[in-house]
Amino acid sequence: MIESLEELLAHALKKKESEKNSHEELRVCIGSSCASLGADELKKGLKTKVKDENLDKQCSVKGVGCNGLCSAAIMVSHYDKEKELETIYGGVEQNDIDDLVGIIKDKSSLENKKCDMNEPFFTKQKKIVLENAGVIDPDDIDDYIAHGGYIALFTALEEMRPEDIINEVKVSGLRGRGGGGYPTGLKWETVAKVESNQKYIVCNGDEGDPGAFMDRAVMEADPHKIIEGMALCAYACGADKGYIYVRAEYPEAVKKLNKAIKQARNNGILGNQIANSGFNFDLEVRLGGGAFVCGEATALVTSIEGNRGQPRQKPPHLSNSGLWGEPTILNNVETFANIAPIIKNGGEWYSSMGTKNSTGTKVFALTGNIKNTGLVEVPMGITLRELIYDIGGGVTDDKPLKAIQTGGPSGGCIPEELLDIKVDYDSLKEVGSIMGSGGLIVMDENSNMLEVARFFMEFSKDESCGKCVPCRVGTTELTNLLDKFVKKEASKSDFQLLKDMCEVVKESSLCGLGQAAPNPVLSTIKYFENEYLEGIKDD
Amino acid sequence: MIKDKVRVKTFKIDDVAVTGRSDSTILEVAKEHGIHIPTLCYLEGLSCVGACRMCIVEIKGSSKLIPSCTAKIKEDMEVITNSSRLIKHRKMILSMIFAERTHTCSVCVSNGHCELQSQATDIGLEHSLVPYIHKGFDVDASHKEYVYDPNRCILCTRCVRVCSEVEGAHALDILGRGISAKIIHDMDEPWSTSESCTSCGKCVQVCPTGALFEKGASATEMVKKKSIVTNLIQARKNK
Ligand SMILES: Cc1cc2nc3c(=O)[nH]c(=O)nc-3n(C[C@H](O)[C@H](O)[C@H](O)COP(=O)(O)O)c2cc1C
Ligand code: SF4
Ligand code: SF4
Repeated sequence: MIESLEELLAHALKKKESEKNSHEELRVCIGSSCASLGADELKKGLKTKVKDENLDKQCSVKGVGCNGLCSAAIMVSHYDKEKELETIYGGVEQNDIDDLVGIIKDKSSLENKKCDMNEPFFTKQKKIVLENAGVIDPDDIDDYIAHGGYIALFTALEEMRPEDIINEVKVSGLRGRGGGGYPTGLKWETVAKVESNQKYIVCNGDEGDPGAFMDRAVMEADPHKIIEGMALCAYACGADKGYIYVRAEYPEAVKKLNKAIKQARNNGILGNQIANSGFNFDLEVRLGGGAFVCGEATALVTSIEGNRGQPRQKPPHLSNSGLWGEPTILNNVETFANIAPIIKNGGEWYSSMGTKNSTGTKVFALTGNIKNTGLVEVPMGITLRELIYDIGGGVTDDKPLKAIQTGGPSGGCIPEELLDIKVDYDSLKEVGSIMGSGGLIVMDENSNMLEVARFFMEFSKDESCGKCVPCRVGTTELTNLLDKFVKKEASKSDFQLLKDMCEVVKESSLCGLGQAAPNPVLSTIKYFENEYLEGIKDD
Repeated sequence: MIKDKVRVKTFKIDDVAVTGRSDSTILEVAKEHGIHIPTLCYLEGLSCVGACRMCIVEIKGSSKLIPSCTAKIKEDMEVITNSSRLIKHRKMILSMIFAERTHTCSVCVSNGHCELQSQATDIGLEHSLVPYIHKGFDVDASHKEYVYDPNRCILCTRCVRVCSEVEGAHALDILGRGISAKIIHDMDEPWSTSESCTSCGKCVQVCPTGALFEKGASATEMVKKKSIVTNLIQARKNK
């Protein structure tokens, strides 16, 4: 049991002491992308070899979460503790084990797989949410504590009042990373003010956007950080119970979270009288069936209650009537992961990064026709060009870029001409797309915008819950219409109907799924209208 | 007996000054004042789901459209129920309902007594604005008194709600999502084998279309007796 900040710091020290003799670490990424290529086997083989060579005192081999550059899986990094120097190797295979061990022995070999750490991919990123990803062992609470974990929570419990925490979050300017970008501090303040004997904190780990895996990576790489953020939120708002809602398709994330919760309980970090403070908080993981709509706030809450996950009309908002009718705070995984750093370093530190209205950093999943696919964390306000060409390494095969899709099925396509806009909530919205949860698809000149629009509409159609008419029928009708355009069989009146229907679906659907479903169509009409006109057959 | 203090709010619907109990919805106050707002999934006394979107209204100063069946009234708000924008949207939504399944009125037992049909007449919808997309479901005529024809169902869930909220049987629910969604009995069994169905017929009486009807009834006979259900709800409330 860790009962005070002092004990926590002592705990961290003890862990560091125990590793005193090992000056080096070999960190094998066991995140989902690397794991699918056999990272676990590689780690085992490496461990055995290091032991066989009697190097296990000097160097520890550990499994860590996602390092970022998924296109270079399997990733292994070598960390020199004295020099605080990390060297990353990409595309590592089983038969590289001997060479990897060579790095410890004589500091040579495996040059050909060494990543250039001076590449903008590494230097232009700013890691806050992902600071521990690829660094700590997610299965080991002590590793998290040794890296400064839970200091924010214990400091808060000993030295801060709930309103101080809310104030820091407000000062930080943090906005929800789940898509909507609602100010997090404001949301917390609302619930803190509501009088109720029971309040809930819910973490949205549903991550239904096709191609997105930011939240999965955080849950797999640094589960304690989410727990710490939720506990801080609970303390700030007067809640004592929380749920993390994760889709069942993320078994590794579920495993890591459950393990972390158990470890936190065993150390007295979850449960009753945390840090002898009179603050109680406990957490449970709830599995979702993987319906996109269950990521929508009201549907998610309904699903946790054990009902069919269908949205309901707001108001009432969750802050008034959420889980079992009680005041509830729902935040995204990445939002919660930002909290401990904010409390530790102060709201002003956070708001000094990014832009005025979009502070801090944002994690993106880069996919599509881009060289460096994977996970990156960048300061808000970076231009799309820097993000794609510097960090992303540019378009695959150096083809001309045509468009960038952001925000998933609720987002839109940004044409090449607008590449110099800033990546922040307002700028993206201004050009007809959204930040969304951070999916970013790069498309080269061969991409067909009609097919892109149809792909997302078909997704929305398949995921529509069917409760309200405009979304249920509208997404099907729109998919069929787009199909006609793709096949170049549309008529002139179809184009008008397409636009009219988009308007009705957008304006009269019940929840965000239907309201946003037309966005990919509207943005492609805005920037690539000629492709629609080419889809109309001559009479 | 008045339990809570009832406050009154004053506001405007279509430029008419109205008052309503502070806990009322826009739709309730409109009804009290004889202002017609079209509805399909709404039924007095059942929970409101805001699903059909026919009752959407505009609020001055906001570009959003909100369903009047779930929106609570606010002091000094100005509600618009019949702008050309709203009528355009409602026409499209109604068209979508017609396009989704088969609503050939001439061969329907509810012809002349169908809420969907009268909505279309009221709003002047002469032809469907969107293509038909109907796939076709099997009719369930297994029950000894009633028939369920999913092809005429508009998924308003009035039957589901009356069965669970008034009858207390919860024999009905929804299966599937999107346009494949379908009302089912128990675990998608034939109606006749449903163990939770009490054969009370409330679902049939509240169904706005010809999706649920009495066996052997002709179009002149099959007049839905919604008031049986709404009176019952009212009677319970007053007890
Ligand atoms: C159809 C739909 C799907 C959504 N899926 C997610 C999701 O997977 N994860 C998420 O965090 N938010 C999702 N959201 C947004 C949530 O409803 C909610 O706004 C968010 O979780 C709030 O957290 P934040 O303020 O931290 O962003 C979705 C919204 C809609 C309408
Ligand atoms: S907008 Fe779509 S997903 Fe949302 S309630 Fe309506 S049918 Fe369901
Ligand atoms: S069967 Fe009738 S009452 Fe039930 S959902 Fe369909 S249309 Fe509505």
